[in-house]
Amino acid sequence: MLITCPYCGPRDVIEFTYQGDGNRERPQPASQDLDAWNAYVYDRLNPAGDHNEIWQHSGGCRAHLRVVRNTITHEILSTAFARGGHKSTENRAEGRS
Amino acid sequence: MSPRRTETGGRIDRLRTIRFTFDGAPYTGHAGDTLASALLANGVTLFGRSFKYHRPRGVLSAGVEEPNALVTVLRGEVREPNIPATMVEIYDGLVAVSQNRTPSLAWDIGAINQLGGKILSAGFYYKTFMGPVIGPLKGTRFWMFCEHFIRRAAGLGKAGTAPDPERYERMNAFCDVLVVGSGPAGLMAAKAAADQGARVILADLEAHFGGSANWSGETIDGMPAADWAQRMVGQLGGNDNVRLLPRTTVWGYYDGNTLAALERVTDHKEVAAKGEPRQRYWAIRAGSVVLATGSFERPLVFPGNDRPGVMLAHAAERYANEYGVLPGQRIALFTNNDSAYRSAVALKKAGAAVVAIIDVRSDISNEMRRMASEAEAELLAGHAVVATEGGKALTGLKVQRFDAMSGSLSGDERSIHADSLLMSGGWSPTIHLASQAGAKAEWDPARQAFLPPKPTQRWIGAGAFTGSFSTAEAIAEGRAAGLQAAGGAASSAPLPIVEAVPGDPDPAPVFEIKAKGKSFVDFQHDVTAEDVRLAHREGFVSVEHLKRYTTLGMATDQGKNSNVPGLAIMAEALGKPIPEVGTTRFRPPYTAVSIGSLAAERFGDLKPERLTPMHDWHIANGARMYSAGLWYRPMIYGLAGETVEQAYVRESKATRESAGIVDVSTLGKIAVQGPDAAAFLDRVYTNMFSTLAVGKARYGLMLREDGLAFDDGTTWRLGEQEFLMTTTTANAGKVMQHLEYFLDVIWPELKVTVTSVTDEWAGAAIGGPKARVILAACVTGTAVDNATLPFMGIVHGRIAGVPVMICRLSFSGEMAFEVYSGAGYGTRVWEALIEAGKPFGLVTYGLEALGTMRIEKGHVTGAEIDGRTTARDLHLDWMLSKKKPFIGSAMMDREGLIASDRLQLVGVVALDNRPLNGGGHIVEELDEANPHDSLGHITACCYSPALGKYIALALVKGGKARHGTRAFVSDPLRNRFGPIEIVSNHFYDPDGSRMHG
Repeated sequence: MLITCPYCGPRDVIEFTYQGDGNRERPQPASQDLDAWNAYVYDRLNPAGDHNEIWQHSGGCRAHLRVVRNTITHEILSTAFARGGHKSTENRAEGRS
Repeated sequence: MSPRRTETGGRIDRLRTIRFTFDGAPYTGHAGDTLASALLANGVTLFGRSFKYHRPRGVLSAGVEEPNALVTVLRGEVREPNIPATMVEIYDGLVAVSQNRTPSLAWDIGAINQLGGKILSAGFYYKTFMGPVIGPLKGTRFWMFCEHFIRRAAGLGKAGTAPDPERYERMNAFCDVLVVGSGPAGLMAAKAAADQGARVILADLEAHFGGSANWSGETIDGMPAADWAQRMVGQLGGNDNVRLLPRTTVWGYYDGNTLAALERVTDHKEVAAKGEPRQRYWAIRAGSVVLATGSFERPLVFPGNDRPGVMLAHAAERYANEYGVLPGQRIALFTNNDSAYRSAVALKKAGAAVVAIIDVRSDISNEMRRMASEAEAELLAGHAVVATEGGKALTGLKVQRFDAMSGSLSGDERSIHADSLLMSGGWSPTIHLASQAGAKAEWDPARQAFLPPKPTQRWIGAGAFTGSFSTAEAIAEGRAAGLQAAGGAASSAPLPIVEAVPGDPDPAPVFEIKAKGKSFVDFQHDVTAEDVRLAHREGFVSVEHLKRYTTLGMATDQGKNSNVPGLAIMAEALGKPIPEVGTTRFRPPYTAVSIGSLAAERFGDLKPERLTPMHDWHIANGARMYSAGLWYRPMIYGLAGETVEQAYVRESKATRESAGIVDVSTLGKIAVQGPDAAAFLDRVYTNMFSTLAVGKARYGLMLREDGLAFDDGTTWRLGEQEFLMTTTTANAGKVMQHLEYFLDVIWPELKVTVTSVTDEWAGAAIGGPKARVILAACVTGTAVDNATLPFMGIVHGRIAGVPVMICRLSFSGEMAFEVYSGAGYGTRVWEALIEAGKPFGLVTYGLEALGTMRIEKGHVTGAEIDGRTTARDLHLDWMLSKKKPFIGSAMMDREGLIASDRLQLVGVVALDNRPLNGGGHIVEELDEANPHDSLGHITACCYSPALGKYIALALVKGGKARHGTRAFVSDPLRNRFGPIEIVSNHFYDPDGSRMHG
């Protein structure tokens, strides 16, 4: 599996660390809504298909990436900095035949 | 020359004789021979004994799919079992032995199993050895009794026990187009892609490129196909953008067009050239892949189809044309399709007598009839073989009239005298890699075969792999695939012209001839057609279950011959069409892969070693080291004759009486810098850091998001916007990742950078009543008195001319200082401190003494912050700020995390004055015979020189309420039982007067 880091280019998956479901939303720090906290800490989507995930390029630039990965084919559909606002890379169209 | 060797033909070099042994007997062959072809040329018919029944077996095929002729190759003490003789290239001095026979191949005592064939049917082991234990020798216990004998009787080659002295390599390769298979399709694809300028890798598992061109006897562009192939290979080899990998099996197709291949670099050589590895593991990332992997000829299932001398038709053709070897003198063929007719003609041309072609079809085309007469063979249309005769070699066969529609036999049996029977049950495309790449194969009723699925990755098929069995189609598809893979436009240039014999690629849908006798489906695992039907009668309907119950297709060949016939028989038993029964998905590896090649250079101790700057000093000064994660740290600095306990007791006693010094360079150190650094630390730690004055340090505690304790350490404020965070040694990496995650993903608005500086700083902790005077004796540029350097204060100065940063903090409970210097000067500072401490009785101490003093003080480490404990459990609730939210603050007060019966940190004193053990349990009532009702467990233990007792820290239910009560330690694994007293974890100097000074 190759993940295209916006800084470093396409790199092997062994350089990355999976950091979990990218759909989770952290409540405001002072929030006392335990249900929201519980959902954030424990609930994970586990779709058979495209999944929005956070990966860290721990063996490279250490940036966190928002990666859309197909959990069935392991195809990486897009990568972008998790901070947002930076460029994202789309897989070349011919990559999907 | 042997009578089996033809005078001319093939690509063997008749002028070069090669000597080798098989089962101890000397043989000769020629350069270019495989072990199988050389032995066949020597008249050898018996190659092995079968897995279960020990039936004599010959060689079935000429390639990688060989199920019968498996041998063990010996190199010195190293033995490699289960190698197909068809894939062993002979070299001078090759030593090969047959397998699964006692005492010899010809006289095998295990052959008695054939008499018990009814008993040893499918599921024999399950039926015999499962179930309740009734008598002394039933069920599982019966299995345990019999296992020893069965393991010896059934099976394949024996693995060796000698260490493998060979070297293996791993290569990472990148290419635009990987072509797998070098037959006409693969060669055309590689050439077309290379001509487009693409970087091409061409891999073939055989020693010689060319595939079927090497033995088809066809003509391409007016020259023998084998010559055409060599010319193509020569052209490819001249290109800088082409890498040719012969003897390279592409065995795995993984995500992202990553493929794994095994190159057998020196297995065929008597002596490896300097620097050559035995095998090379290739990890290939390919832009596109052209799969030109060809097809396998299928056996037919009929009684006696496993007798030595029964062979696949194309294999015999290949032996004759490529190796100049005739598998027999009087040859009969048995087929359900046209391809065997070409084989018949080829063998006739090579000099054998073709006595008969037995075809299950009654309607034979005129072209095939002409070829039968060209081979001077009697054509028995609408017939089938119902028996074979002979022992260790074939002597004859019996045929009967056969109706392909109904599968029924009729008429009298007729005997045919023959020493070789060639069979062809149609062809199955080699779709393994396509299947691995992620899709289901599709059944083609015309070809009676599974064709490759629609690609789910970037591959293109060509040639027989796609079900296009003619060379002309292969050449056209190969070029088109190569162009497409390289991104080129389709070409209308003329294609090489192929002259080939005609033939219908579609076989008759006949897989089995039902007659009396054992008809083998899976040769290697001895699975018969009757075993498959028995499995069905016993209720197995899924192909996956069938495989497991009968072990069909589960041996080293992974059913390369048997999959389709097995499915066909299963489908018939179920009364379903084959596609509804389905096929199993192929998984890597395609063929057996040596573990050595996977390990490649990565053997021995794979962990990197992390050494502190003072490591060499420790070694030179008698430290006994132990590994803590990747780090090596001094355990004790033992004196001659000292036990570990004596050493740490001496070290910690001396520290508390005068002074001790310990290397703390392994602590995680993270620079936290930026305008929002203080605000960030307030969110990360449970306690406040924004209120910390510059030049002061504070002990901090971190929680996880779920509210459980995560890590602790001191963080020093070096400037308004600059902090130096320390973490425990074990959690340094985790804490770094934790901080990075929050800064990058959750709070990107915070202006903070975090940098790991663990390796930048050397650290020494010096503690004890004399610590301050020792520092005063060697530090310049700053005072270290109480006013300048109060508890948790930080000063900058120099030791031995080296800039140092000193923080007064204590883990030992004594007045103590951590001295940090640039890592490169660590030893210099360390030695200066040692020198300054000499007049004051300074000792060096290791982790054991460090642990002892921290247990005496009741400090927590990873043994207590174990991912299950909360701050309250560890009596650190005083650190939980109520003025601000922090990571974990919302979740830490959940019901279960504040329950009164949680495990809480306590101290334990052994009342019987004997050592305690980590992991020992605390119980209210001692019951040595039946330990139960644990209250908790010991996390750390030592002999306390300060108290003169064996003490421990423990996590005990409702621990704080039990202070002053008695209980017992129950440690049945180490047989340690005895009375204890539960006390506060603060054993020693609970008010901290020693460290505050």
